[in-house]
Amino acid sequence: MTDVTAAAGDVVELELPARPEVVSVARLVIGALVAVDPLFDEERCADLRLAVSEACTNAIQAEMVGRGRDAVADPEAEPIVMRCVLADGQIEVAITDHGGGFDPSGLQEHPEVTSPDRLNYEGGLGIPLITMLADHLEFLPTADGTTVVMRFEPRTPGLRPIIGGAPGSAGSSTG
Amino acid sequence: MDLRLEVSERGDWSVIEVGGEIDVATAPRLREQLIALVNDQRYRIVVGLEGVDFIDSTGLGVLISGLKRVRTHGGSFALVCTEPRILKVFEITGLLAVFNVCSSLEEAVAEDGGEGDEAP
Repeated sequence: MTDVTAAAGDVVELELPARPEVVSVARLVIGALVAVDPLFDEERCADLRLAVSEACTNAIQAEMVGRGRDAVADPEAEPIVMRCVLADGQIEVAITDHGGGFDPSGLQEHPEVTSPDRLNYEGGLGIPLITMLADHLEFLPTADGTTVVMRFEPRTPGLRPIIGGAPGSAGSSTG
Repeated sequence: MDLRLEVSERGDWSVIEVGGEIDVATAPRLREQLIALVNDQRYRIVVGLEGVDFIDSTGLGVLISGLKRVRTHGGSFALVCTEPRILKVFEITGLLAVFNVCSSLEEAVAEDGGEGDEAP
């Protein structure tokens, strides 16, 4: 992990124990990888760090839910795997968990973010955030969990609210 | 990554200055601090985010829960944030319209009744 270079076609794969403390490690790694690619500016680099943080958090929480909270201290718990591929001027990040699977279509609907009722829900912003930040997002079921695949191109997406607000916005609150 | 929390009082406001990164590992400490203040009947709270290098949806969720707790008691909840990278996270989630985001602590504590902080 000390020799981080970003020639075309580079692959970096990282196994991380499914613990909350490692999310900052995942951010550090993706930040270092992206920083050496001149195509990605500082803001896009921040987008990647945020999207990776969200995906890793989801992966860890899936494992904690799947195995019970004690999974944090379980030495037998399987690690989450972050695989980054830098090729063709874009970055693909795949994060795999063993949390028993997840159906993105089954995400709970939340009230609009500006609705007073939205305050009853702390969660549900992670996947909409990834959707905003990544150019491509896919959830692939595995034998015992999920692989989230995110692709990023070196541009900064226009700002638009996830829920409500500007015309043409994403409009709905999933996740 | 460490999270720094400094709590002080400014008139009838409680101020939590936060530093570092707010994510799934560190957000619980901020949540506990917010709960402790509300349990102490401190219902006017400013959270200073000027020292925050990173926040994700877990951190946003803790701030949402803080706003809800304070609002339940008819109080005021304000944020201080000028860093574009952090503001962007509030903006793209639509939460700039939910929180009273101020550009300085002085501006936040000058609010009388927490403008932008009341349920519509």
